[in-house]
Formats: sequence, structure tokens, C-alpha cells
Amino acid sequence: MNEPTQARTDRAFLERLMEYMMLVRKFEEAVFSLFQQGKLHGTTHLCVGEEATGVGSVFALEPQDCILSTHRGHGQVLAKGVSAKDAMAEMLGREAGTNRGRGGSMHIADVSVNAFGVGGVIGASCPIACGVALSFKMRGEKDRVAAVFFGDGSSNEGAVHEAMNLAAAWRLPVLFLCTNNGYGMSTPLEKVVNDTDLTKRGQPYGIRSTEADGNDVLAVFEAVAEARAYILKEERPALVVEHTYRTSGHSKSDGNQYRTEEEIAHWLSVNPVARFAKVLLADGFSEADIAAIDARASAAIAEATAYAEACPYPEASPRDLEAETYSD
Amino acid sequence: MREITYAEAVREAMCEELRRDENVFFMGEDIGVYGGAFGVSKGMLREFGAQRIRETPISETAFVGAGVGAALMGMRPIVELMFSDFISVCIDQIINQAAKLRFLFGGAVSVPMVLRTAAGGGTGAAAQHSQSLESLYTNIPGLKVVAPSTPYDAKGLLKSAIRDNNPVIFLEQKTLYRVKGAVPEAEYTLPLGLADIKRAGGDVSLITYGRMVQMCLDTAEKLAADGIDAEVLDLRSLSPLDADAILRSVKKTRRAVIVHEAAAFSGFGAEVAARIASDESLFCLKAPIKRVGAHYCPIPFSPALEGKVFPTPERIEAAVRECL
Repeated sequence: MNEPTQARTDRAFLERLMEYMMLVRKFEEAVFSLFQQGKLHGTTHLCVGEEATGVGSVFALEPQDCILSTHRGHGQVLAKGVSAKDAMAEMLGREAGTNRGRGGSMHIADVSVNAFGVGGVIGASCPIACGVALSFKMRGEKDRVAAVFFGDGSSNEGAVHEAMNLAAAWRLPVLFLCTNNGYGMSTPLEKVVNDTDLTKRGQPYGIRSTEADGNDVLAVFEAVAEARAYILKEERPALVVEHTYRTSGHSKSDGNQYRTEEEIAHWLSVNPVARFAKVLLADGFSEADIAAIDARASAAIAEATAYAEACPYPEASPRDLEAETYSD
Repeated sequence: MREITYAEAVREAMCEELRRDENVFFMGEDIGVYGGAFGVSKGMLREFGAQRIRETPISETAFVGAGVGAALMGMRPIVELMFSDFISVCIDQIINQAAKLRFLFGGAVSVPMVLRTAAGGGTGAAAQHSQSLESLYTNIPGLKVVAPSTPYDAKGLLKSAIRDNNPVIFLEQKTLYRVKGAVPEAEYTLPLGLADIKRAGGDVSLITYGRMVQMCLDTAEKLAADGIDAEVLDLRSLSPLDADAILRSVKKTRRAVIVHEAAAFSGFGAEVAARIASDESLFCLKAPIKRVGAHYCPIPFSPALEGKVFPTPERIEAAVRECL
């Protein structure tokens, strides 16, 4: 699905886009609720407010493309086709989870849909994406890209810059997707960079760099679809910077001391799910249509949560864990 | 049997595996026309071309990470890190990525990558180009760590490492690159995780690996003149570790001296000593376990100083005599 000009008039596509945005939002809300009930172990990084970046970007990719997601990657992997049931089971540390309970929130991965949930160390996925793309190039797989998500925070990591240089020098089909939510954890971007224009991260390496309103899912979709087409045509990497805002905290321990309530309220008012609903209403969808999509997403997440809670925990012994550390 | 150098043995292993499996490729700095910093890959570019012999920017995080990514997709990258000391600039890709991804993904992927790197000192290259950092790797579950001491072992173990479905850190000894040894023309592999008795003996076990193997053999010959019959056990692979071979040897000789080039303090020898001490073989020891390693300081440059830091035949001999 990467015909940007047709997308805006394809009703089924628009409906699916909305359904995934809502699915991601409700997944995150369910995760937050499970935390509050003490049912969820460890920590998690929610992407509430950023749904359009993950969903819009991934919808512009093809099934054969690989994604390497970030620690805030639930939306990215759900959009790629990871089942909400399996992802929720992973969140709850169950054997039926995507990673058999070995990875948790930051690593949800399902290689059967080409979702590689690498991202616990920010920026580190970018060099790995170069290798994934290199395998496509060496094998002559010409209709495949490696799409790697990273944030404004990781844009200062050496790994990101080294990967950009390598991808450009070797003309690798890497799609660098920068989710610029304005904060590296609690640190505002403008406090830690001289120039907040993150498209300039790609330019010195000769990487074509564009940007999109990351709260406008169609704008994200179009920018990423266009970048993907450029990568395949020119055999060069590309960067898309998507400007958004995380209305949820950094992690479950976030007290939101570093930003004002007014700022959060503003961004809640322009959150991508509500914005896209307005677009759909103007486009001929009825309130009832949108309510029906919402109900489907809610039902899917409720079902995923009930399923995950009923799944058994892993039973692997320490000896089993040692054995599975290595491949045969 | 013909004799070839350690460097030639490494090259032969790579070339044979490149011919055997199209998923194998090789990348690193200056490995093409230059032939690698130690001449290991001389001529490989000509045979295999620039797609499979990929020269990288000086950008270890990028190309080690690219090795991880390519391996995830079923390629079998051999990645050369020019000096093992440079792990410091790409360690995240090794520790947090290569070693972890299989486990993190619930076993759904593997990372069949070999990281070949020149380790050890004795070349006057000073503190940032002379280290033996194997303990950094062996404490990371998910990695395999190999340190061959002869051309024969280097070739057979590297071929197995390339075929292995796990990330393998292959520690080549830079002072051994020009050393010749017998290597058969016919193809062979050696399994990872199997130690090798390089000299059988009954009085004391010299447990060692890498560059120190030859020093232990020389010391053993000297001791033999005094009627002391030392066994030299070459571990070859540190992870997986052939603990059974260590315990068998120690039960036989009842004395253990562990020798490595890395600093003794917190070095791999501590693991070997602990394996002996936590086994019933402890009770058959006639003397405390001895460790001989580098002194606990950075490797100095001056030829007047460098040799003082590493184990010497004299220090090994003294450790043996303390056990008798």
C-alpha cells in the first residue's frame, strides 16, 4: 500500500488506518491500566500521542520490508502486523508472548511479519538496519527496505551517525525514521542541540531528508511512502523526521515534572487519533462509522488482554534458559 | 605435511568457507588491496570481489552492527576488528545486540557472525593496541570465545566458527601470524569447546591458551631436563569451556598452573581456578593453584618495560617450582 495519491480516496484504507491508530491507543491504555492494577511487571514506554508516526510510517511499507523499532515501539510493531494478543501476552511475560516472555515491552518482535524489536539501547538499531539492508542488496532483493525508528534523543548517538554514513556510502536501502517528540526522556531537544532541525542529521551524509507533521497520519504515510519509493528508485537511503508529542509519560515512573500541564493539554487537543477522526468526518465518514471502528478496536484489545491474562507464565528452568541462549 | 603460517591458515579458512557458502562474506577496515593490517586477507579481494570482501569506513559500531543485522537475515558475516582493543568503540553491538537478540526474541532468530580480531601484545604497540580482553567477552552469555594457538587450530576452529549459528569472538594472536605450523591440504574442521593436550605430562598441568601455549611448551621442555614432566593443556575455546579436560588433567598431575597473557587479576584464569576448586579434584591437589598472568598495569611501550609485564618462561617456571 504505497500509492499516496490514491490513499486519501480509498475508504477501506482510511478505515484500516483509523482502526490501527485506535488499536494502538487502546493497547497503550490497556497496558497503563494493567500497570495500575499491579498486573504488569517491569516498565514500559507508552506512545500515546505518537500513534500517527508508528502507524502512518508502517502503513507506507510493504510486508517484505523489515522494521527495527524503538523502546517506544508498541505502535510500530502492531502496525506491522504483530498480533495484539501475542504482544499483550509478551507485555505480561507469558510463554505465548511474541518473545516467549524473554523480551517484554522494549523488544516485542515477530520475525514472521518482519518486525525486529531490537530497540532497548537507543540508536543501536540503526547499524543493525544497515546490515539488514545489506543482506537485501547482496541478495538482489530489490523491493525491500529496512526501516529503522529512532528518536530526537538518539539523533545525538554516534551509532545513528555511523549508520547514516555507512548506509549512504554503501547505498543501502535503509529508511531512517526519526520520531521527534521533542524530549529525550525529560530533556527538551533545544537544550541539548545547537540546531533543532533534525533533517540536518541526514544531509551531511548525502541522505535525502524530509519531514512531516507527525500528528497527521496521512502526512506521515505520504512522506514515508514517497521516501520508500525514492530509496528503491535511487538505491540510496532516506530520512524522514516526524514531529509529534508524547502525551503519556516517558515510562511508568514519569512524574511529568519537566513539562507544564498546559503543554500536555495543548498536545492532547491535537492528538492524532482525534485529528484523523475530523479528517474522516469531513471525508464522508459518519460519527457512527467512527464509533464502530472504535468499538472494533476496543473489542480487539479487550480480547487480547483477557487472552494474555489467561496465558500461563513460562516454565523454563535456569538450565533451559542457558541452553536457549545459544543456537544449535 | 606442508607448513603454512597462522595468517595463511586463517585466510585459507575464510576462503574455503567463502567458496562453500554464498551467504558468507567478509568485512572490515583495509581488508582489500592492503590485505588487512596484518596481511591476513591478502589476495581475497581479487578472488571474491568487492561485494563479498567489503571494505568499511573506520566506523566499528556501524560495521559490527551491520554484521549483526546481516546475520539476523541469515547471512554469515566474518567481521574483522583490526585490534581487539577497539571493542571499546563497538561494544554495545557485541554485548547488547549480537549476544542478546536470539534470547530476547525467544529463540526466533540467530546471529551467525564471526568477529575476528587481533589480540595480545609483544609488538611494542603500547597500551591501546596490546590487550587481551577475553574476560570482557566470556562474561557475556550468548557469545562464544575462541583463541587458537597454532595454524592448524586456527584454520579448523575458524571454519567451525563460520559455520556456527552464534556470534563467535575469534581472538587471533598477532605475534603468531608469522609462525608456521603443519596444516593438512585436505579439508578439516575442529569443534568449538574442545581443549587440546599440546604436551602430555604427569607432574603438573600448565593450563593455557593463545600466545602463552608456546611459552608453556618451551618451559615444559626446560623443566623436562630437570625431570619435571609438565602437561600443557591448550584450552583453544574459552566459551564454551572444556572443563572436563581441565579436571581430567588436574586429577592426573595433581598440580595446576594457569597461564595467560591477560592481567592475572580478574582474568580468565580465575574461572579456571574456580572450576578446579569447586570440583572434587581440589582434594587431590598437592599444592595451591597458581596463576601466571600480566601484571596489573597498562601494557607499556618501551622494549625495556613491555616484556616485564607479560608472563615470562622464568615466571612460569617459578610458579611450577612453587607447586612441587
